Amino acid sequence: MAVAATKKTDLSDAPATGNTLRFANDPTGFTREQELHAYREMLFIRRFEEKAGQLYGMGLIGGFCHLYIGQEAVVVGVQMSMKDGDQVITGYRDHGHMLATGMEARGVMAELTGRRSGYSHGKGGSMHMFSKEKHFYGGHGIVGAQVSLGTGLGFANRYRDNGNVSIAYFGDGASNQGQVYESFNMAELWRLPVVYVIENNRYAMGTSVTRSSALTDFSKRGSSFNIPGAKVDGMDVRAVKAASDMALEHARSGKGPFLLEMETYRYRGHSMSDPAKYRSKDELEQMRNEHDPIEQVKHRLIEKKWASEEELKKMDADVRSIVNDAADFATHDPEPDAAELYTDILK
Amino acid sequence: MSVDILMPALSPTMEQGKLSKWLKKEGDAIKSGDVIAEIETDKATMEVEAVDEGILAKILVADGTDNVAVNTRIGVIAAEGEDASAAASAAAPADSKPAVSKSAEPTSAESKPEPKPAEAKAPDSYDASGEIPAGTEMVKMTVREALRDAMAEEMRRDDDVFVMGEEVAEYQGAYKVTQGLLQEFGARRVIDTPITEHGFAGIGVGAAMAGLRPIVEFMTFNFAMQAIDQIINSAAKTLYMSGGQLGCPMVFRGPNGAAARVAAQHSQCYAAWYSQIPGLKVVMPHTAADAKGLLKAAIRDPNPIIFLENEILYGQTFDVPKLDDFVLPIGKAKVARVGKDVTLVTFGIGMTYALKAAEALAGEGIEAEVIDLRTIRPMDMATVIKSVRKTHRCVAIEEGFPQSGVTAEIAMRIMEEAFDYLDAPVARVTGKDVPMPYAANLEKLALPNVGEVVAAAKAVCYR
Repeated sequence: MAVAATKKTDLSDAPATGNTLRFANDPTGFTREQELHAYREMLFIRRFEEKAGQLYGMGLIGGFCHLYIGQEAVVVGVQMSMKDGDQVITGYRDHGHMLATGMEARGVMAELTGRRSGYSHGKGGSMHMFSKEKHFYGGHGIVGAQVSLGTGLGFANRYRDNGNVSIAYFGDGASNQGQVYESFNMAELWRLPVVYVIENNRYAMGTSVTRSSALTDFSKRGSSFNIPGAKVDGMDVRAVKAASDMALEHARSGKGPFLLEMETYRYRGHSMSDPAKYRSKDELEQMRNEHDPIEQVKHRLIEKKWASEEELKKMDADVRSIVNDAADFATHDPEPDAAELYTDILK
Repeated sequence: MSVDILMPALSPTMEQGKLSKWLKKEGDAIKSGDVIAEIETDKATMEVEAVDEGILAKILVADGTDNVAVNTRIGVIAAEGEDASAAASAAAPADSKPAVSKSAEPTSAESKPEPKPAEAKAPDSYDASGEIPAGTEMVKMTVREALRDAMAEEMRRDDDVFVMGEEVAEYQGAYKVTQGLLQEFGARRVIDTPITEHGFAGIGVGAAMAGLRPIVEFMTFNFAMQAIDQIINSAAKTLYMSGGQLGCPMVFRGPNGAAARVAAQHSQCYAAWYSQIPGLKVVMPHTAADAKGLLKAAIRDPNPIIFLENEILYGQTFDVPKLDDFVLPIGKAKVARVGKDVTLVTFGIGMTYALKAAEALAGEGIEAEVIDLRTIRPMDMATVIKSVRKTHRCVAIEEGFPQSGVTAEIAMRIMEEAFDYLDAPVARVTGKDVPMPYAANLEKLALPNVGEVVAAAKAVCYR
């Protein structure tokens, strides 16, 4: 692993607490297979989200719809470190997380369109999907709630001593909710196997981290509970994977929770109806042009001659056809039966 | 193949907008993610990003056009290698609907009748008299001991059951309800939490989602307001939101309502609050036997249960059947005293007023039937209705606030289901519409009392 405690020197202006590592520009890199896998997974999420945005624009997806475009390297990199049985839980920007755990594009898209073959039979929507089979525990619409719930999944792992780790994703916005720290406290107190992944995309809806957070180095948010943290270039899937390897190992070996701050960026607005006036075009363009997680991998694949433009185009076409199939399915699947209104309230 | 660009909806309520500016012109190459146009809605200017790749073959709606309806074709993209002009001309006429249409909405109330919930059909009323087999040996026990025994028995039976909360382990319970559990089951299963209701409630719900069966003790339900988001938004709604995949088999329990002289922040009854929520069951026992049998049922139930206890009742002694496994059904009321003149309906500590009032009324020649609901949700209306059909009069009693209270619900349900049987409007006796005062005399005034129940019963009997 390319990570060493000596990387502490990379810390810029943050006060020294002695427990923050920095993961960026991982020199060991990926194998060809890993690069190709990451490329395809990220592309899949991006194309899926673009299609979801399009269907939203056509009025086929209702309500709130929060797209993951730009942040793909985070879930794909973390997923590459996970073992079967490890759980994932996240907030409302959840489509990428579901696809990364292997949930079917058709089922996710049909839930977005509110149809009967959706993961929640059309009763959950964009923010509320689950898959017990893929160990995906939602999909939560209340900002920060998933942190306590994810800690509870870790509690169950510990109680059963099953060797699994719970991954709780949340954003820079949720990081200011009180229950996050209540959970941190108990997770460290009881040495629960939980990895907290803060996806810092710089904006909580329209409020930038500098306007909302007294301490903007989120990797240190666990320090008063003794939870080690690391800052990660969340646009580089290799850095994400390297950091997750370490964090998961830490949690799995009984040392308690670990916190990863993923420095990432969402290209789209907070939700579909957000014009994103709170940030400059230049900022967005710079992230897109210089840090795009997918382009980075593509560049390496071409440069190392691990794949030709043609092969990558073919991969894109494959991914598009899966996404188009999902969209087609999700727009032709019937709505739930009226009787479903009264099902699944109690067991 | 050419692809249409449609006027997008950018919010759930947008129906039309102004196509203010094209950022690409005909013949430009487009790749997904490119901003191709700007749209103005009543709220904001938004960018339209391309999803498909190719050449912008044709612009169908010009810059500056107002009131462009959502889903109108505004342009055509030709695929790479395709003749752009052919694609533009081959494209379908501008008024054609997209291939995928929005699902049909019900056209009228008649065409799509509201399905009725199954519980609207009143089942045959339940008879609680057979719950304890004749000849069963009874032992004297406090409510506190009964609750402890229920937890201990279920923890012996199922390793997935554990109890967590403030002071439940080493301190032996703030009200000694968990006394002895740490000694028998150890620190893995009897877990002291920090003072952090929101956090540990969420951890409990997460553990339940993973299949464990937590008993989350709140030192009092007043403190559960810190955690109510996790109880309602996470525990109660997840089964529904997951299409039945993920439930929360757990119990939230602790003392609820007024104790004595603890003032406004420690004296509220939450029965009405939780009873409003689909996805929860709400249990509020009065006797030690019911406390034991219902808590055992609650721990085994696959749903999230709110189990409301009462500090004043903890120390009261009742007969409890000496049975190896005494489990009572949730959602069934009990006729605690048989009468023919008026029905008194209540639950939990409300039973103490009702039973004393019934005794007093008997002295005046009025035979009151007393119904202990035991479960607030689902509410056993069949038992209540059966009684009201007999007595034609009803008084509902609770310690909680009057507005939108449980008694308000009882009165409404009687009106819906037994209006023609009533000889008088349903009356209610509740806590007063004030925060609980500290002063002894004021506290007494704020709570219901036996005299008020007697007066209400006489009023509905026109006596």
